[in-house]
Amino acid sequence: MAQVLAPVVKADVAFRTAAPWTIRIRRLLRSSRPYYTVLGIGLFFLSWYLLVDIFKVWRFRELPGLVASIREWVNPDPTYGVSLFTAEYYAHIWASVYRVVSAFVIATFLGIAIGVLMGWSRIFRGLTFPILEMLRPIPILAWIPLAILLLPGREAPIIGLTFLAAFFVTILNTLLGVRSIDEVYFRAARSLGFSETAILFDVIIPGAMPYIFVGLQIAMGACWFSLVASEIVSGQAGLGYKVWETYYYVQYETMVIVMATLGLLGYLSSALVRIAGNRLMRWRARLLAGV
Amino acid sequence: MNAAGRAGALSIRNAGKIYDPEGLHVVALEDVSFDTQPGEFCVVVGPSGCGKTTLLNSIAGFDRLTSGEILLDGGVLARPGKPPLPGSDRMVVFQQGALFPWKTVLWNVTCGPIKQGRLGKKTAEVEARGLLARVGLKGIEDQYPGSLSGGMKRRVEIVRALMNEPKVLLLDEPFRALDALTKSVVQEFLLELFDEAPKTIFFITHDIEEAIFLADMVVVMTTRPGRVLKTIAIDIDRPRDYRVLTSERFVRLEREVREAIHDEARKAFEAGERELA
Repeated sequence: MAQVLAPVVKADVAFRTAAPWTIRIRRLLRSSRPYYTVLGIGLFFLSWYLLVDIFKVWRFRELPGLVASIREWVNPDPTYGVSLFTAEYYAHIWASVYRVVSAFVIATFLGIAIGVLMGWSRIFRGLTFPILEMLRPIPILAWIPLAILLLPGREAPIIGLTFLAAFFVTILNTLLGVRSIDEVYFRAARSLGFSETAILFDVIIPGAMPYIFVGLQIAMGACWFSLVASEIVSGQAGLGYKVWETYYYVQYETMVIVMATLGLLGYLSSALVRIAGNRLMRWRARLLAGV
Repeated sequence: MNAAGRAGALSIRNAGKIYDPEGLHVVALEDVSFDTQPGEFCVVVGPSGCGKTTLLNSIAGFDRLTSGEILLDGGVLARPGKPPLPGSDRMVVFQQGALFPWKTVLWNVTCGPIKQGRLGKKTAEVEARGLLARVGLKGIEDQYPGSLSGGMKRRVEIVRALMNEPKVLLLDEPFRALDALTKSVVQEFLLELFDEAPKTIFFITHDIEEAIFLADMVVVMTTRPGRVLKTIAIDIDRPRDYRVLTSERFVRLEREVREAIHDEARKAFEAGERELA
């Protein structure tokens, strides 16, 4: 009997051992994915270059060219005062990142706590669900006046609005995550003698984790969206504010630089959330691999 | 083991259960009575929808009865009006499997005694490694259940249940999803564990061969309303292995059970046809 089973066990152990990163990179380079990525980005920049710089197509000729924008970006002495080598560039980045991170962290903790509570308690769900469903569809832009009336200063309304967008998404996904946990795990936990606290931390939260992380990724995107919207309306610094200011003063190259920076930061922050999720949910590695 | 081995007398007395969603009045169990001795392997067979799982859920403390009572060593487990209460003295191995996928095998297996405060982490882990090795699962302690095969998962789940030293082990069609070969391997592991330390087992299946292969006593239930049609003592010597499957006594018992259950299966099938029509 044991002889028959031994190879099965070995194969599984081998599967679980994570490959070192050198091998993983080599494997990635052998697949076609990275080449398509590079090709896609290359084609995108090429179209921009052709449309604006070379052919000066109608409606496109007003836009800042690819070459001019990149030149401005890497210029130690930029025409409009913002490039990789100026402190102002990093001051705007810092202002925006600071707002997004604070809003995202608060939204994550509060959203998960309230979502778990809604999933856990029928009474609390009954009380709050209709309110959530009524507030959630209100566009962030419509909240701006209320945020300014309610929250003091200039910084708090911006963080508040950024928070709000992420908050609703996180609550809803956490709630769905808790509701998605199969009843059988609760039965097993009760039979095994888990306390209510143990059920919360060892069943509910890890069980809802896949949904929570989907929610957090969407929330991160929502954060950047509402950050820029609220910075445009009431900011004094930050990337959203800078986009609008550069448009106003006809500094189009800088505008493009700031937009590209927003894109990069958004991409980076989503990737960080994804990496954190994969770290916390190693138990799903095999499920995700589709084995 | 002797003191623990003595315990585990399950007594089901006139158990009844009526589901009444929107006045439909579905009788799932009606006047079900039988007893198991401590350390007896009791297998309940019956067609789908005969209330086997309802009975198991009442013993486990997931569901309540509407009449009758269930006793374990004289203490009341279920009776009408008593709120259901699961406990580690009755461990369940679920049909669809209930290992926590987000925890490692070792965590899953040791969590019962640790959460109950019965064993320290170290002691529980030593014991768990021993039991896992006993069922041919050495070296998988740090894996997640998602990376195990079906047969391995079932064994881990049985080990998790046994770690709680339950008085009764409740198994709800645990091997249903396994292929025939894996199934017979896992059955033999279960029998080996049972022979080493007999424990009252309440096992549900609709596989007649499986029932006779494992059981000391087979309880045949009728289709809805679920009643006990017949109890059949299985007097095949232990330890058993696959060779008994073709023995004359086994074939005779199988025919006896099959005859008892055949009419019921037919009724269940026709009732299903009617419900669909």
